[in-house]
Amino acid sequence: MSRRTFPVIPGFGLTLGYTLVYLSLLVLIPLGALFIYATQLTWAEFWAIVTSARVLAALKLSFGTALLAALLNGAIGTLLAWALVRYTFSGRTIIEAMIDLPFALPTAVAGIALTALYAPTGPIGQFATALGFKIAYTPLGITLALTFVTLPFVVRTLQPVLADIPREVEEAAACLGAKPLQVFRYVLLPALLPAWLTGFALAFARGVGEYGSVIFIAGNMPMKTEILPLLIMVQLDQYNYAGATAIGVLMLVVSFILLLLINMLQRRIARA
Amino acid sequence: MSSATLTASASNAARRGNAWGRRLLIGGAWLVFVLFLLLPLLIVVSQALQKGFAPFFAAIVEPDALAALRLTLLAVGISVPLNLVFGVAAAWCVSKYEFRGKSILVTLIDLPFSVSPVIAGLVYVLLFGAQGFFGPWLREHDIQIIFAVPGIVLATLFVTVPFVARELIPLMQEQGTTEEEAARLLGANGWQMFWHITLPNIKWGLIYGVVLCTARAMGEFGAVSVVSGHIRGYTNTLPLHVEILHNEYNHIAAFSVASLLLLMALFILLLKQWSESRINRLKASAGEE
Repeated sequence: MSRRTFPVIPGFGLTLGYTLVYLSLLVLIPLGALFIYATQLTWAEFWAIVTSARVLAALKLSFGTALLAALLNGAIGTLLAWALVRYTFSGRTIIEAMIDLPFALPTAVAGIALTALYAPTGPIGQFATALGFKIAYTPLGITLALTFVTLPFVVRTLQPVLADIPREVEEAAACLGAKPLQVFRYVLLPALLPAWLTGFALAFARGVGEYGSVIFIAGNMPMKTEILPLLIMVQLDQYNYAGATAIGVLMLVVSFILLLLINMLQRRIARA
Repeated sequence: MSSATLTASASNAARRGNAWGRRLLIGGAWLVFVLFLLLPLLIVVSQALQKGFAPFFAAIVEPDALAALRLTLLAVGISVPLNLVFGVAAAWCVSKYEFRGKSILVTLIDLPFSVSPVIAGLVYVLLFGAQGFFGPWLREHDIQIIFAVPGIVLATLFVTVPFVARELIPLMQEQGTTEEEAARLLGANGWQMFWHITLPNIKWGLIYGVVLCTARAMGEFGAVSVVSGHIRGYTNTLPLHVEILHNEYNHIAAFSVASLLLLMALFILLLKQWSESRINRLKASAGEE
């Protein structure tokens, strides 16, 4: 109704103008500068940088560990959301409040804390040492750090959806003879999947770009445990702006394509 | 037997079957909590206090640490109010009007969340750095942005742009425009309408967004690290100071400063919990009406 009539509420020009100017100055123009700077490179130069062995190794590591961490969060987050929404148990309030700790805690603090825990002599790392493997300074350590910093995403997107599914729907399915797994597969999963994918995509995007928590636990060995954002940092330290720009553009383009794919998958599920 | 009791017994049986599942899930939640959230927290404090309180306090009141604290507070103090005003303006135009390209605008507002913080720092280096687009001009006029305080503030601003807007947009969309329209019809001018109708309605959502924005501004690492140049006592924020101490193998000092940040994070969580419970209470009372 109010959408067709001329709005009686003032401020459209002011707020839209301010929003556009602020966003342009702070975000859009600077990001545009990245792409303009990249055009100073020829296509061959750009291609040579982004297909060099070190960049490809970092690309695989960054996207691989972010994907693993997002999947791990998909499982852990579903478990946490389920327990927090469906059950009342002692400690529930504390867990509920502490879920957001990874968002409130500076990533550098998370980084040194996780490194201390998972280092070969650390409280958890020593068990791994006894079993003959390492957690810190390996891709496994990077995955754990990413899982920590992106922990709240899946929980927080699933919780409201889960709370909105009436218990009666599941009970009706059970009364009609569905086994618990069938209830999950045919009743809960379709309702939860879009939100789950949103949380997954958020965690994945954050994980690909994450820097602070990872560099402490990664060990940062070229070709082995060097993530893409760190590689940009290394190029900048050597005043190789062209190299840093090319890697930055590569990262943005690959993330954009992957998020687009997740988005399309989500639409397809919503339509089905 | 009536169908009601039949249903009840069947669902009771289902619940009994679920008792084990319930225990398993709650146990799992506790395990995740202890492993992922509690242990990292405890190790920060225990490492900081391993030699008692004296070295802990010494690391915190040391001049470089205090300078880092001041810079962190400055970055928070500038970026949070600016992004607060932006958030209100953005949420206002997105939620109160219909216009073409709105969904694109919402996507653009969220853009900084899907850009790596290191890239956020990089773009400012490309603009204002020595070899950047405005580098020569800035040098002529003796203005330094990169490796100086303005760069740190800019980088912090970039990564915290969406927080307030993101909280307010769904809230204000849900509230609609009827109350504001009524105020206008009763003769309120734009500002009166905003102060007496809109602001009280969005107050808790606003506080929630500010809390999240503050947390990120305080803890930002990657973006700030790129533009900082790590000059002690001048362009070091608290998280960067933690990194330097850690790289120098000064573990007690690193974890002491980290504890300070942890304390600030826990305080922020408390504020968040409080504003969230107020929002839920408002929603519940709105639902009863």
